[in-house]
Amino acid sequence: MTTLTPVLSRNWDRADSFTLAAYRENGGYEALRKALTMQPDAIVDLVKASGLRGRGGAGFPTGMKWGFLPKDNPKPRYLVVNADESEPGTCKDMPLLLANPHALVEGIAIASYAINSHQAFVYVRGEVLHVIRRLRHAVAEAYEAGLLGKDILGSGFDLDVVVHAGAGAYICGEETALLDSLEGYRGQPRLKPPFPAVAGLYASPTVVNNVESIASVPSIVANGAEWFSSMGTEKSAGFGFFSLSGHVKRPGQYEAPLGVTLRELLDMAGGIRDGHRLKFWTPGGSSTPIFTEEHIDIPLDFESVGAAGSMLGTRALQIFDETTSVVRVVRGWIEFYAHESCGKCTPCREGNSWMVQVLRRIEAGKGTQEDIDTLLDICDNLLGRSFCALGDGATSSVTSAIKYFREEFTAGTHTPAWELFPYQRTTRWANESVEEDA
Amino acid sequence: MSTPQTPDSSGIFSGENRARLEMDAKEIISRYPKPRSALLPLLHLVQSEEGYVSNEGIAFCAEQLGLTTAEVTAVATFYTMYKRRPVGEYHVGVCTNPLCAVMGGDEIFAALKEHLGLENDETTEDGKISLEHLECNAACDFAPVVMVNWEFFDNQTPESAKKLVDDLRLGKDVKPTRGPDRLCTWKQASRVLAGFDDGRAAEGPQAGEASLAGLRLARERGWQAPDPAATAAKADEEGTK
Repeated sequence: MTTLTPVLSRNWDRADSFTLAAYRENGGYEALRKALTMQPDAIVDLVKASGLRGRGGAGFPTGMKWGFLPKDNPKPRYLVVNADESEPGTCKDMPLLLANPHALVEGIAIASYAINSHQAFVYVRGEVLHVIRRLRHAVAEAYEAGLLGKDILGSGFDLDVVVHAGAGAYICGEETALLDSLEGYRGQPRLKPPFPAVAGLYASPTVVNNVESIASVPSIVANGAEWFSSMGTEKSAGFGFFSLSGHVKRPGQYEAPLGVTLRELLDMAGGIRDGHRLKFWTPGGSSTPIFTEEHIDIPLDFESVGAAGSMLGTRALQIFDETTSVVRVVRGWIEFYAHESCGKCTPCREGNSWMVQVLRRIEAGKGTQEDIDTLLDICDNLLGRSFCALGDGATSSVTSAIKYFREEFTAGTHTPAWELFPYQRTTRWANESVEEDA
Repeated sequence: MSTPQTPDSSGIFSGENRARLEMDAKEIISRYPKPRSALLPLLHLVQSEEGYVSNEGIAFCAEQLGLTTAEVTAVATFYTMYKRRPVGEYHVGVCTNPLCAVMGGDEIFAALKEHLGLENDETTEDGKISLEHLECNAACDFAPVVMVNWEFFDNQTPESAKKLVDDLRLGKDVKPTRGPDRLCTWKQASRVLAGFDDGRAAEGPQAGEASLAGLRLARERGWQAPDPAATAAKADEEGTK
């Protein structure tokens, strides 16, 4: 049986968890002190040895990313933290920053030292005012305590950190679009290569890492690579947040070793809401192909989820029970992609808006016999042909939903989804009204 | 109800007020290695003055950075948080991305539209409330979610959301679920986004109930991450084999 392993969330139940004092009482910034006595390359090697893989969705090994910075480039190096959490279903970094921002600040200091960067940025989505306040507060506290700024802890290492608020654009979660946005442009992805490690922010060598990845680094420095890799699986080491939302009794953040299963997580979360059963779910946000009840025992690690036809993504487990129309949900997600497409490449810009029209028709019971084929054809022209991974991600829900629930799309040729699955039955308060009626 | 007429912004970007804003702009620009990086915060700054990004606001940003107004407009129109028309003192966003929609966001948005007599992206005649449907705001474990001036109002219902907007229109103090003790105005929120602290970071809870679900269970069952001493000993043992 897998059990929970609270590390980043360990102190969240104390009211002052976001303060420097509370963080230090739990051993905070001791890892930074230790790191500053190490050779920077030794820290990169340590993170490599830990097996930490990026927690922002793609799962690229963090230490390897750091190791890609060219040694002979004379330009300044930058660390950019991606706190633009916007993937539908994903809700881990914002509560982390609200409750425990110093874990990120300490991680930034260690990572910057390891890659020899003296300027770091946190690009945080703009629509989360209190998260931004808390993060800025933590950065200010750290400066005041000599944990950021000049000559950190007497080591001679200097680091400045700027918290930069975005302005509402999902695409800026894509690392090169994020860099364009941070440079003051429209957030549109860049052609790769060159990768940010070679030409990133201001065409300088840059590391872009997710909040949770960087916040995990202090625990690795403090406790060792073996400690970290003693959790999780061989190729998906360590712990991570599993964010349960939707039709479960106790939605929320569950910090567990990678490889935990949905069955185990559902058991921890009290199961599906009373009187209902699991219908479909996303393992890692709306850009990862959906799963059904048959996938409930798949270990939630990068390899196992991939082998089963989806992606671990951001471990954003959106859970839908049998009252939910899959057509309604997919239509909503594609409306999202159509809205958020940056417009730079044709397959994503055009493909998503056409899919919205087809899906709205199917949802209204006015679909045609050709509509399923049309959707699959558009997906075929989008997947692998769009400029960035966001276009690819848009196709995930469409193709997987047709694969598992084709009959619901077929029913869309004659019956509206809201007749097959009355929408009032899905709400959070639906069970209460059923009881009141009875 | 209609959207209010665009007000005259000539006084805002002239005289003493302009001098004050230029000082703010200088401070923002000084945070970055290259000035143009300051454009997003500068747009938040002009929005904090007028409640939206006017042509005059765009010209102000362009002048601070040595850009053309076309270059600034291209950026201002790309990001959804910059409004090109005045919004309400309280900007209410209802998440209707599928997870929230299914949990009741669709019903909440419909209820608010009817209650306020507004369509998407419109403002009440008194200028108090504007309404917009949002995409995912990273609070899915608190669905359905309503944001007001970018503060979290978790686990909403149509009734709670209607009461919320009524209280806002009546000028009552309203407290976000995970936010400061009192809601600030749209303009004040924009100033925080531009990077000027309002000193309220320590207010409000550290975490919501859903954020604590896993930790509470772990405490109850005595679950924790492995003891580092034990894993280090095991690694030594394996190393000497």
